[in-house]
Amino acid sequence: MNDTIIEFENVTFTYDSEEGEAPKTPALRNVTLRVKRGEFLAVLGHNGSGKSTLAKLCNAIYTPQSGVVRVNGLVGDTEEKADQIRRIVGMVFQNPDNQIVATIVEDDVAFGPENLGVEPQEIRRRVDDALRAVNMYEFRLREPHKLSGGQKQRVAIAGVLAMQTDCIVLDEPTAMLDPKGREEVMSTVHRLNEEMGITVILVTHFMDEAVDADRVVVMDSGRIVMQGTPAQVFSQVDTVRRYGLDVPQATELCHALGMPGCVLTIEDCVAQIAARAGGDAG
Amino acid sequence: MIGDITIGQYYAGASVLHRMDPRAKLAATFWLIVVIFLCKSFFALGLITLTAIVAVLLSRVPLKMIFRSLRPIVIILIFTAVLNVFYNKGGATYWEWWKITVTEKGVNTALFTMVRIIVLVVISSLLTYTTTPTMLTDGLERLLSPLKVFKIKVHTLAMMMTLALRFIPTLIEEIERIMNAQKARGADLETGGLLQRAKALVPIFIPLMVSAFRRAYELAFAMTCRCYTGGEGRTRMKQMKLAARDVLLLIFCAGITAGVLVLNHFFTAVI
Repeated sequence: MNDTIIEFENVTFTYDSEEGEAPKTPALRNVTLRVKRGEFLAVLGHNGSGKSTLAKLCNAIYTPQSGVVRVNGLVGDTEEKADQIRRIVGMVFQNPDNQIVATIVEDDVAFGPENLGVEPQEIRRRVDDALRAVNMYEFRLREPHKLSGGQKQRVAIAGVLAMQTDCIVLDEPTAMLDPKGREEVMSTVHRLNEEMGITVILVTHFMDEAVDADRVVVMDSGRIVMQGTPAQVFSQVDTVRRYGLDVPQATELCHALGMPGCVLTIEDCVAQIAARAGGDAG
Repeated sequence: MIGDITIGQYYAGASVLHRMDPRAKLAATFWLIVVIFLCKSFFALGLITLTAIVAVLLSRVPLKMIFRSLRPIVIILIFTAVLNVFYNKGGATYWEWWKITVTEKGVNTALFTMVRIIVLVVISSLLTYTTTPTMLTDGLERLLSPLKVFKIKVHTLAMMMTLALRFIPTLIEEIERIMNAQKARGADLETGGLLQRAKALVPIFIPLMVSAFRRAYELAFAMTCRCYTGGEGRTRMKQMKLAARDVLLLIFCAGITAGVLVLNHFFTAVI
């Protein structure tokens, strides 16, 4: 029990429909999922597959119509318990502009701990630590609107870190960023996972971001359809394609060349091709 | 034009004015604004102008920034000056043509009002230049906290102000983006009469409103996720402590008030 941080049990969730409108189809159907403490879990799926809904159920923004979501054994059915859950699971959204509250970077990072009622000196310490952890310390007095997308997203991550949550859920954090910003955010998230042992749930539609995860979950029309290590999932190239997703480019190339096994990274791909051509990868 | 709004823009620095307690600065600013309107004679006005100049020098905010905050009011200044010159008659006549006469009183009043408006804007923009919006709204929240007795939600008001200030640059960017998008589709925003131009703004403001609501919705989500439940049980990273210099500032304001009243009494009133 203790090594599970978030637990979905037979969760079904349907968005409210407007009056006079036909009832909506469920966004999640009978989802059962266990997230282990310290895990890096990537959730993949095309648009409308329910992956964002899954993310929002993790910290009790939504409550399921049937089934249970437990966070450290807590069920967020009351406002108080939901608040407790949000102290365990933090959230980073897609649009960096719409989640920054304050007009100065450090004030924004302080917003979470201030809400928790932490002592002022302790907030100061947490804010400085969090900003250092995402390499944004030298930007602490800047205005958020003058930062790049990747920097803003790192500020948002620092805002969650300062709350000292055990788990961070990132809902397509790189969707609005350029490749450089994407790289900044991904390396930050990986570092937090490895060095600080924070559980990461990364919702994304970039396959390359899922390659380094401990586990990959593929969603389609509200159901979990594939699950396993990146190698296990991406080796089934045709199945992944059927769910409207691509496989990482390196995997695709090696698959097209008819190579056995599953290649995930560009380095491996180069090595494999070089080996096949009888040459040396260097 | 849109890009150079400076109200609510903080100029990072470490001057005495920057380090003062926002409550003291807020109180002093309102106080001095009232004093500006108490001025009746040129000497009194001179005293408050001098105060403003000293404050600008103390703040170490570049003069360029100060002038920039005056740019939006140039039209208002010209307008009030022209009206005052023509509508106030009395004293020596400097110039006369057809029905227009320019008199001593007219010129004096015009000058007086202009200086008054400039000092007003300089003092209030100094407040926003030397205080971060967060400190400003925090200070306002604490100054207004006695109003809680009347069941006014002071914290909510302060939070709304912080968010409004935070989203000004974001929404300005958004307006620019929408304008460009509409121009790319052939929208004509620059020509035509007043009515036509006003009509051309509709396709800009409707998408802006829609997006502002969407942003508000997402922001509310994000704030909930960060455990925001209103003002109850919140702490602050930046504590406010009234220091000796803050008390001095208020004593100084009292001094200026006394000075203005004395000068008003001994010199002839212009207005």
